[in-house]
Amino acid sequence: MELLNVNNLSIAFDTRDGKNQAVDNISFNVQKGETLGIVGESGSGKSVSCYALMGLINTPPGHIEQGKAMFHDVDLLSTDEKTMRGIRGKRISMIFQDPMTALNPYLSIGDQIIEPLLIHEDVSPNLAKQRALALLDEVGIDDAASRYHQYPHEFSGGMRQRVVIAMALITEPELLIADEPTTALDVTIQAQILELIKDLQRQRNIAVIFISHDLDVIRYMADRTLVMEQGRIVEQGQSQTVFNSPNHPYTKKLLAAIPQQAKPAKFKYTPKKNNSLLSVNNVSISYGDRRSRFQAVNNVSLKLAKGEILGLVGESGCGKTTLSQSIVRLINIDRGEIQLGEQSLHKLNTSELKKARKNVQMIFQDPYASLNPRMTVFNTLAEPLKIHRLAESSEIKEKVLCLMTDVGLDPSWANKYPHEFSGGQRQRIAIARALAVEPHLIIADEPVSALDVTIQAQVLELLLTLCQQRQLTMIFISHDLDVVRYIADRTAVMNQGNIVELNETETLYQEPAHSYTQQLLSAKLSR
Amino acid sequence: MIRFFLSRLLQAIPVIFIVITATFFLIRSAPGGPFDADKVVSQEVIERLNERYNLDAPLHQQYFDYLSHLIRGDFGPSFRYTNRSVTEMIGAGLPITFELAIYAIMIALIIGISAGMLAAVRPNTAQDYIPMTLAMTGICMPSFLLGPLLVLVFGIWLQWLPVSGWGYSPGDKILPAITLGSTYAAYIARLTRGGMLEVLNQDYIRTAKAKGLNTTKIIFKHALRGGLAPVVAFLGPAIAGLLAGSFVVETIFQIPGLGRFYVQAAFNRDYTMIMGTTILLSCLIVFLNMLSDLLAVWLNPRLTLDAKH
Amino acid sequence: MATDSLQQYQDVVFEHGRSPWQDAWYRLKQNKLAIISLNFLAALVVIAVLTPWLAPYGYETQNLALGASSPSAEHWLGTDIHGRDLMTRLMYGGRISLMVGFAATAVSLVIGVLWGAIAGYVGGLTDTVLMRIVDILYALPFMIFIILLMVVFGRSLLLLFLAIGLIEWLTMARIVRTQVMNIRNQEFVSAAVVIGLSHWQIISRHIIPNIIGPVIVYITLTIPSVMLLEAFLSFLGLGIQPPQSSWGVLISGGVETMEEYPWLLLFPGLTLSATLFALNFLGDGLRDALDPRATRD
Repeated sequence: MELLNVNNLSIAFDTRDGKNQAVDNISFNVQKGETLGIVGESGSGKSVSCYALMGLINTPPGHIEQGKAMFHDVDLLSTDEKTMRGIRGKRISMIFQDPMTALNPYLSIGDQIIEPLLIHEDVSPNLAKQRALALLDEVGIDDAASRYHQYPHEFSGGMRQRVVIAMALITEPELLIADEPTTALDVTIQAQILELIKDLQRQRNIAVIFISHDLDVIRYMADRTLVMEQGRIVEQGQSQTVFNSPNHPYTKKLLAAIPQQAKPAKFKYTPKKNNSLLSVNNVSISYGDRRSRFQAVNNVSLKLAKGEILGLVGESGCGKTTLSQSIVRLINIDRGEIQLGEQSLHKLNTSELKKARKNVQMIFQDPYASLNPRMTVFNTLAEPLKIHRLAESSEIKEKVLCLMTDVGLDPSWANKYPHEFSGGQRQRIAIARALAVEPHLIIADEPVSALDVTIQAQVLELLLTLCQQRQLTMIFISHDLDVVRYIADRTAVMNQGNIVELNETETLYQEPAHSYTQQLLSAKLSR
Repeated sequence: MIRFFLSRLLQAIPVIFIVITATFFLIRSAPGGPFDADKVVSQEVIERLNERYNLDAPLHQQYFDYLSHLIRGDFGPSFRYTNRSVTEMIGAGLPITFELAIYAIMIALIIGISAGMLAAVRPNTAQDYIPMTLAMTGICMPSFLLGPLLVLVFGIWLQWLPVSGWGYSPGDKILPAITLGSTYAAYIARLTRGGMLEVLNQDYIRTAKAKGLNTTKIIFKHALRGGLAPVVAFLGPAIAGLLAGSFVVETIFQIPGLGRFYVQAAFNRDYTMIMGTTILLSCLIVFLNMLSDLLAVWLNPRLTLDAKH
Repeated sequence: MATDSLQQYQDVVFEHGRSPWQDAWYRLKQNKLAIISLNFLAALVVIAVLTPWLAPYGYETQNLALGASSPSAEHWLGTDIHGRDLMTRLMYGGRISLMVGFAATAVSLVIGVLWGAIAGYVGGLTDTVLMRIVDILYALPFMIFIILLMVVFGRSLLLLFLAIGLIEWLTMARIVRTQVMNIRNQEFVSAAVVIGLSHWQIISRHIIPNIIGPVIVYITLTIPSVMLLEAFLSFLGLGIQPPQSSWGVLISGGVETMEEYPWLLLFPGLTLSATLFALNFLGDGLRDALDPRATRD
């Protein structure tokens, strides 16, 4: 039975640079009890179209140019606000991407969960509370009665998302729209939340529109899938068909972009003797003051040979970033030693350190924050050359332009500022900056996490090529197990400040020894 | 709660102590004695006066004497009005200033918050531009300009309201309260608009909309508490400013409040009166600042009282 | 090989980039009110500088026979009870008012930026101590203290600059500290550390250029509040002392005779309000134009 029928929907936004056609004439339907997946990269219009169904688009700057969205006999796009309010939160509910910001920090979670009930149904607050407690229990909040009066900040990310789900389901809606509900969560938590949504949906036989940029998540969740690109639906059909025998070139490109195999043989590192570059021995790092200390890194050791790529995986808060920052001396270590070649990095004084910095460089996660917005690309790239006197002033221009070409940027863009570039291009600038001083070791902290999957594939390819050409050694930090498998020769798994397992990447993926590694790998959505 | 209150109180004590000490020595270091400006008096009279006001003792002795009197709530005798003590005069002026300040802050809060909310609900429309232009006018029209203009228009030209006094004729409290409150109403309107706009852009407001709440409920239940945070933070400085503003307003409207006494004392070099008022107002401001901090914490569940200090 | 690549890049024609400043200027130009305010203020400053040559009468020139007269062809804004030309006095008063505004803001800028920048950049215990001092000073009733200073040490212009500057730096220090801390935690500053820049190089190349925007905005908003403070004190008779004059003094004089000669209150009042309006509108316009959120869509 058809629950929702969207016909010829077009949405545009007015921006400073003119009209932006966010959604361009799309049509789809949702059947009762099914899960419809919508997949696409950022800016593809996947979220906007669903927000339009809920009447959550701000007008202006946005406006719905045309289309109908029949939910039973109501057109969601043209009906009056009062009817819409009766549908929102009662018959169609929504869960959002970031559980940290989706809940009101000023109200207790109990208050927020029963709110839809109180406005949509004629129930007493007492009864509403009974139902909320039962539901909280069902979504996996232990000891619901005592947590009922707590505020959102007292819950972890995964727990908050459970609260949001309870809030969405308390009115027993017919349709649930889930907008990237697990994107902000760690992989093990993601697996739990996805399982929870699946269970709840099966029990209640509700329809779900599941939006995600993550193809694996959609493949796992959706009965049918829509693929969106630049506001258009380029392909739709049964998930199995879409994923196994895609028709449209964009779908093929998306699928090809997910790293899903072992490191290509041509980039593999071949072990040589006596060429150790970095050795980290028994390093411990802690934060905090005298009263409460947090042990971020606990007695960690690892070694890297020249030309090798080491993957460092773990969930948020496991200490992987802290460890990597200590190697570039952004933070100091409490105990242990860090040797780079002949040098003890942790012991260097200011002037020695300045010289040594040339040897180790870092690439950061957020391409928007890692470039000074008030410096042109040229100045950003010339700065390290000048600091370390790596080029005569007459050669600087040539060197900078050469670097830009190496990372795949058009050298004629050298006078532009970061805000004029896309995320992927910015990450290339950041890579070029790290390469400028011709370092021996590069630390890449989640360098592709903020990028769309097709851009991610390009940047990974670039990193692999550069490492091979320049005989670079790299520590590649990521929460994404597939990415690490694709790029790393050896992989270390971190959990709660410890390296729990370190092995050849393929061995570690195929025969994980430690229980935590097994847990991580089993949380990964299988294909 | 009590711990927070006590720790803030402990912090306030050194501040107040600094105020007392600074005031005392600043005034004693003034060039010329307190009776210089008077008509020529005999040496004998000056000595008698010095003795009466404890000015013949060594400076540190004077300081400790003053402190010990202060602890007992005695601000000493007035230099100008020989028959009256400072405590007495403050006792007469403070309630009037307090009443004026309360009316003014109520006007400021009621007008400011409603105007700011109106503007924030429909930004960049007439409903936003009109109150915000008025608010800007309020900020650019300081009390010493607005007061006389109000007197001119409503007191002298239209003759609707009395032009001076406090409690002598009906309606004579209206103009002073408006004069004192308007600037703060303007600031609060701008702060409310800014705070509300920020909150209304938060994800949790979108969640509330998705639940099917109507605009009124979204604004009052979900947005107001967060949106008023800047206003609450502004309350402390606002009250300090309001008390200073009462100097002008009480002068314009000839209200026998603490502010007018202070300005007169400043002109008359009535040192004990200046010191008394300064110390009292400082304590008041420190105390009210503390209350506004407390209010901010109470409104925000994420700030626990212990974590803040 | 090196010469080859040199050849290769010789003829690269750079595309024209738009700096964040150009972007901000472009946005500011869209804001008509801000541009009108900017022109008004520029005119005001020019007039203030050129007053001795522009003023139609001498500052102290009295015409007691004329007394207070309403606006006329000879005296565009009328004369006061001593027969002095009001426009001339407004021009000279403007010099003082603007000077107090700029000078006290400069005092607050120097102290506030240094204090806030050190607290924000060094962090840790230094930050705690510096900011706790600011907190304590914030709790002091400064208005009362300025009045006290004026009473005790007499009314001098220099003292006024210092006293007002000494209050206003507190907010500047807080703003600068927050900004510096925000920038310091950005990844591009970490990148600069990793590249090997010294503290001074990081501050001068990466931090200062990124906090100039908010500081400019705050300067535009401090000037009017300083001018207000001066006018407030002068109104009470505790600020600028005759024969010097300022808009506050003129307003105060105007109030005394407003029943008979309302223009003596209206014109100085209007001038002060218009200037405050312009500064505030410009400040708001600059804030919108320089707001980084606006550039990050």
